[in-house]
Formats: sequence, structure tokens, C-alpha cells
Amino acid sequence: MYKIGVIGDKQSVQGFKAVGLDVYDCTSKEDAKHKLQKIAKDDYAIIYITENFYAEITDAVYEYNEERLPAIIPIPGMNGSMGIGFDNIKKAVEKAVGADILFNND
Amino acid sequence: MARLNVNPTRMVLTSLKKRLKVAVKGHKMLKDKRDELMKQFLELARENKSLREQVESYLNNVYSNFVIASAVMSTEVLEEALMYPKQGVAIDVKNKNVMSVDVPVFDFKTTTDDASNIYPYGFANTSAELDNAIENQFKIFPELLKLAAVEKEVQLLAAEIEKTRRRVNALEYVMIPQFQETIKYIQMKLDENERGNQTRLMKVKDMMLKEIIEEKQANTNAALDEYSQNH
Repeated sequence: MYKIGVIGDKQSVQGFKAVGLDVYDCTSKEDAKHKLQKIAKDDYAIIYITENFYAEITDAVYEYNEERLPAIIPIPGMNGSMGIGFDNIKKAVEKAVGADILFNND
Repeated sequence: MARLNVNPTRMVLTSLKKRLKVAVKGHKMLKDKRDELMKQFLELARENKSLREQVESYLNNVYSNFVIASAVMSTEVLEEALMYPKQGVAIDVKNKNVMSVDVPVFDFKTTTDDASNIYPYGFANTSAELDNAIENQFKIFPELLKLAAVEKEVQLLAAEIEKTRRRVNALEYVMIPQFQETIKYIQMKLDENERGNQTRLMKVKDMMLKEIIEEKQANTNAALDEYSQNH
């Protein structure tokens, strides 16, 4: 059985704890990176990271991009969406198709 | 286009022809694979986009719920209430094979099934706003999982499409022209050898004929000489 982890600032992630996810609240970029690397090795299938931290540790996240597990997914934090999740989809489309054909019309 | 550095022999020619055949077949198959992957990918990317829009707006809702809850309650109480989750979540990961790309499928199980039994605290010290927040958090949870699965699939498919596209291009613009060029080169070389051989043979035949004629001529001359001496 696999687990689900959440990394982010305390305010944003406290709710996830109630749902039964493993919550790792962190305060700094290094902290977040360290925690991500630690739990990525463990049997976590999904790791949600709030966007403010995701943006700072993208290089660490990209290492897991082409692996099957874990799936590292950015979620908006308390301060609202930064559009990183959409950027990722856009990038994936650009990578696959060569041009962005999905977000053209907005 | 550069040709391969090989000996122009008949054996190499045969093996090259075989390789060209395989390359052409592989190119066609990879192209089909790329097209199909692309079709599925675009569908998925669209789904991913709408799913993300949905999840993000839901999450914002949940956050504002929590903000309200923490406004009515003190931070300590809030933290204490959430300290020990009642609910446990475990997910099962299965494999799905999309055009030979291994994609994980998530299937989750919660430890308590009862929807009214999700609150990890007694109701005495907490506010109704917190109940609201928790309830909403539970509601988006399946969507959140779906988002994770779809997003991972999109990433994996994008990587696979890129790889396949590179292979198709390498076959189409490098390997196949190279093979064709080399095969043409070898064939021309072999033909040239053939012609060279033919001329040489003709020359040798000429020389031999000449020799025979000269020999016969000499014989005739000798015979004539002998005849004229005797008479």
C-alpha cells in the first residue's frame, strides 16, 4: 500500500491532515527540498506540494518527472493559485506537440 | 547525405537492403504509435486542464473555509483539533498500459467509510466553520487524486511522445536516406566492376584472337616458303 504526502506551509496544509494524508509542513526552501527527497524515496505514490514551495524547488521536482512514481503535483496554497499547475500542462503540451495548442484561445 | 563507410560488396549490399526494409517498417510503426499517442495525449491534456481548474477553485473554497474557522477559533484549539486524524488513507497503485507506456492508476481506500465520522475531534470546543472546512476538504479529495493520476499520465505521455518523435525523425531523415545512399553507391560500384570485368574479358579475347591469327599466319607463311623452295 502506498501513502500520500503533502508538503507546504503550515496554514495551507493543515486541512489535509484531517483527511488522513501525511502532512509535512515546512518553513524554508531547503526544508521543503529535504523533505521531498526524503519522502520520495519512501513509498509515497502522490506528493502534493503547495505552489509557493513548488516554484522554489522545481529542479528537485523535475528529477521525478519521468519516473512512474511518485507523482508530484503542485496545488495552490493559501495565497491563491500562481498558475504553476497550468504552466506544467502547457509545458507538457509544448514538449509533445512542439507548440502550445491548448491555451491558445485564452 | 553521407553514406555509410562500408565495403562495396554483394554481402554488405544484401544486409543493407535487409536493414533498410526493417527501418522502413519500423518508421511506419513508430509513426503510427506517435499519432495514436498524440491523440490520446491531447484528450488527456484537455481533461487535465479542466480538472485542474475545478480543483483549484475548490481548494480556494476550502482555504477560505479554514480561514474563517481559524478566525473564530484560536490557533491552539484549531491545531489541537486537527492533530490526530481519524481518517487514514491508503492508495493502491495499479498499472495501465497506454501504447506501451506504463501509467499508474490510483485507487484509494479510506479507513472509515462513514461520511459523518470524518471529524477528528469532539464537537465541544470547535466551531461549525471547521466542520464545514473539513467536509469540503473531503469532498475534493477524490478529484485531487484524479488530478494526480491524470497529471502524471500527461507528463509520462509527453516524455514518451518526445522520444518517439525523435526516433521517427532519426529514421526518416538520417537512417533511411543513409541506407538508400549506401545501397545506391554499392550498386553503382558493383555495376562499375562488372563493366570493368566485361571490357577486360573482351580485351583478353581480342589479344588471344590476335595471337591465334598471327600463329596461323606464320604457319601459312612457313608452308608457302617451304613450297617455293621445293619447286
